[in-house]
Amino acid sequence: MKYLMLVCTDPGYTPGQDDGAPDVDNWVADMDGKGIRIMGNRTRPASDATTVRVRNREVLLTDGPYAETKDLIAGFDILECADLDEAIDVASKHPMAWAGAIELRPFWPDGED
Amino acid sequence: MIRLTGGDWDLAEECAQDAFAQALQKWPGAGVPDQPLAWLTTTARHRAIDRMRRASAEAAKLREVAAMEPVPRYASDSEIPDERLELMFTCCHPSLNLDAQVALTLRSLSGLSTAEIARAFLVPEPTMGQRLFRAKQKVAHAGIPFRVPPPHLLPERLPAVLHVLYLLFNQGYGEPQEPRLAREAIRLARVLAVLMPDEPEAHGMLALMLLHDARRPARVGADGDLVPLDEQDRSLWDEAQIAEGSVILERVLRRRRAGPFQIQAAIAACHASAPAAAQTDWPQIVGLYGQLARVAPSVIVDLNRAVAIGMADGPEAALPLVDAITATGQLDRYYLLHATRADLLRRAGRTAEAAVSYRRAAGLAPTEAERRFLRNRLARRPGGGSAAADGGPGGP
Repeated sequence: MKYLMLVCTDPGYTPGQDDGAPDVDNWVADMDGKGIRIMGNRTRPASDATTVRVRNREVLLTDGPYAETKDLIAGFDILECADLDEAIDVASKHPMAWAGAIELRPFWPDGED
Repeated sequence: MIRLTGGDWDLAEECAQDAFAQALQKWPGAGVPDQPLAWLTTTARHRAIDRMRRASAEAAKLREVAAMEPVPRYASDSEIPDERLELMFTCCHPSLNLDAQVALTLRSLSGLSTAEIARAFLVPEPTMGQRLFRAKQKVAHAGIPFRVPPPHLLPERLPAVLHVLYLLFNQGYGEPQEPRLAREAIRLARVLAVLMPDEPEAHGMLALMLLHDARRPARVGADGDLVPLDEQDRSLWDEAQIAEGSVILERVLRRRRAGPFQIQAAIAACHASAPAAAQTDWPQIVGLYGQLARVAPSVIVDLNRAVAIGMADGPEAALPLVDAITATGQLDRYYLLHATRADLLRRAGRTAEAAVSYRRAAGLAPTEAERRFLRNRLARRPGGGSAAADGGPGGP
């Protein structure tokens, strides 16, 4: 199964709790090596985002993210995992799970309405 | 079953329920088979194969199921010495919220209907139907595996499994002449307490069940009517079981990690240790409900605390508390709210208002025995007596 892994910051996090957090480069090398991580990247901050809507055939742009939330998306990865347990295991090894939050979204399967 | 049907949760659930229904039909006459669980599994498997054949499911899938061996009693990497408990731990996946885990497990493994689970959670049946539907959807869509969790992941699933056992027990408690569900819940709680000796709440749960279940012989009169706690013949209580529950409770309370189930067991112990209803230590029970309200706040706890205050300080002290709960509207369809109110009004001499509440309670009570009890109360004049026919541990 494919999962979108959204890597988010957590404004409620206080530094000093991340003792022993894994290194992100090791995580990437490890998951790439296992064929679990298909692709991924950091993203520029929300202040660099543009939100696009088309209403009445008119393209409306908003300067900023789609939703004003306190938790911000800092990056993403696309995972290929056997099931949610494996995806949770992979996500829990990412340093941002220790200092932020990670959301796992299953892909909508091809050919399903 | 979910493994058998290749991950088809609905089919597995339907076949498991068919098997339970067949068991209920056959076992009373033919007797319980030597290995009830194996019987259920086999029956459900046959049903699944039958259903898939009839649905002309893909031949490959059918062959796969037919060839599959029964689930081994002890999975090599599992420490759980009971297959049913193992299935409960497997079903309670922490990626679902606690209520969803509990509801889905009850529906899939205990044969409880959506209506019964809805009543246990104090929500309307369509709401519970929606919750179950959403939970099953997430299981399928998010790729939640049906896999026995390794030992180090059991503690995080324990709260959900304890709630499952608790609601299973409560379901059985409502029908005192039908002890099977309560007995099964107690059996599983025993296994759990041995499996997880360092979890105080597992022991609290076992003590709670033993102390409540000990009253079973006194809860139904010769005429088949329910007998309220304060009118029960206490010589009929199972003393050995009370002693066992009390010892377990005392031992676990010494660890000073009191959780909701231990506190509820302590309340049950107050009742069990009173030689007569009039000697019940109600001020202590009021205190324990106060403690329970701090660790596990809920409107049900508030209601039970009000009942205890009504016994300790009189109905006039409790009525404002019950009226405040009524005003929230949260328990509008909960018969014990109306039964409690009726009882307090009756004891306060407000007979006409009491009658209205008794009728409302009788209209909402889930079993015929409880409805009959409330109608009898309505016919009675002011005096002693309690609100409920020994309603047991109460809601979630």
